[in-house]
Amino acid sequence: MTANRELRVEMIKCDAFGYCAELLPEIIELDEWGYPIVSGEVTADLLDEARRAVDACPMVALRIARRQGRPSRSAADGRRRSQ
Amino acid sequence: MSVAALERPRIHGRLLVAHDPGHPAHLSTYGALPPFDRRRMLAEVEASGLTGRGGAGFPTATKLNSVAQHRRTTVVANGTEGEPASAKDLALLTRNPHLVLDGLAVAARLVGARDPVVAVASLAAAQALDAAIAERAWERARLVVVPDRFVVGEESALVSAVRGGDAKPTGKRPFESGILVQNVETLANLALVARFGASWFRAAGTDDEPGTALATVGGAVARRGVVEFELGTSLGDLVSRCGGLTDDVDAVLIGGYFGRWLTYDPDLRLTAEALRARGGALGARVIIPLARTSCGVAEVARVTRYLAGESAGQCGPCVFGLAALADELDEFARGRGGNDRVAQLKRQIARRGACAHPDGALGFATSGLALFAEEVERHRRGICTATNLEPVLPTP
Repeated sequence: MTANRELRVEMIKCDAFGYCAELLPEIIELDEWGYPIVSGEVTADLLDEARRAVDACPMVALRIARRQGRPSRSAADGRRRSQ
Repeated sequence: MSVAALERPRIHGRLLVAHDPGHPAHLSTYGALPPFDRRRMLAEVEASGLTGRGGAGFPTATKLNSVAQHRRTTVVANGTEGEPASAKDLALLTRNPHLVLDGLAVAARLVGARDPVVAVASLAAAQALDAAIAERAWERARLVVVPDRFVVGEESALVSAVRGGDAKPTGKRPFESGILVQNVETLANLALVARFGASWFRAAGTDDEPGTALATVGGAVARRGVVEFELGTSLGDLVSRCGGLTDDVDAVLIGGYFGRWLTYDPDLRLTAEALRARGGALGARVIIPLARTSCGVAEVARVTRYLAGESAGQCGPCVFGLAALADELDEFARGRGGNDRVAQLKRQIARRGACAHPDGALGFATSGLALFAEEVERHRRGICTATNLEPVLPTP
């Protein structure tokens, strides 16, 4: 259940505070201007730290999402409606 | 001219054939828009194979069908044409505004939108549409004039601007929330499909990429301007129709400022597929052969600087990355830039923006550096072979 998660950055919101890279250096590095580059998926052992990074972001620019390979958003919407 | 003239072999004219922009000339050229059944027309559009003519080339039927599923829908005709090198939407809107408005009416009907909007960013386009809308007392279409910036044509930025907000991308895809944004040339084609059907539409172009498209041809050709061509036409034929090359040419920019620099090859077919095979894209069909007498390195640097300045200023990698890229390209133009630095910036810019702006600018710049590699080397030795220092690629 915990597999196949990834961290998504909403770059419009991000203001390069850099707390995420402090809290989750395993998969986040900062570019030369201080904006996060996410380099791996959120594995089960990283999930707690990832949640802390999400909560710590002052701009609410981070979230944990299911990894690619999921159905497209419109298909997912259709499924939700038919439930 | 009548519909007969729209048939082969005089197929060069589908979109720009009306002899004046008024409604009577429009009717005598194309005839009236016939009534149609919504479902059947959606199927007809799908069968036509029409794709978006704004640059991304997304299948029009897919977008229509997706938006039509929403309860509340809006249609926005995108005539903003923020790219300074492109003039095809302005040509279409000033010469044939009624075909665009027909297309807007068809799209609104197909997705069930009540208050269709046509958005433009130039005074000339606004005046042409204002006059045309006044001639169509039987229908609603609202003209909205938005800021004339490069990024305003991006779908989510345009929707925000039309709603009175900032003309900045939001990172959302409008069609997923019931908002159909279609380029004006796409809508003009939709109006033709609604009149003459899918098989008529497919009589021009290739099987995979049917129809005609408008191109803005600039640079080293005798007659610069907007021409309509069948998809699949060779680059050489298109250039011939612009009076041929005026100079020796090695390089051509295809697809505009989000496009790619490619080796000039008259046999290159102008289709999305053929361009993709060479690492390029047709985009909105800005085609600029660069004379050997001009400096490609300087052109790339100058336009990259312009694109950096046209960032909406929202995403760090775009704001800082493109500025740094423009700095480095200025260094190249002075014979000092480093490929390692460009590679480092590329890693920090690629796929990190909320819209296509940083990736588009990055592709323009890096394809230029690759194609002009020899000239870059000469610059490092203090030599520039250009004899004409006039800027070629237009910036405002």
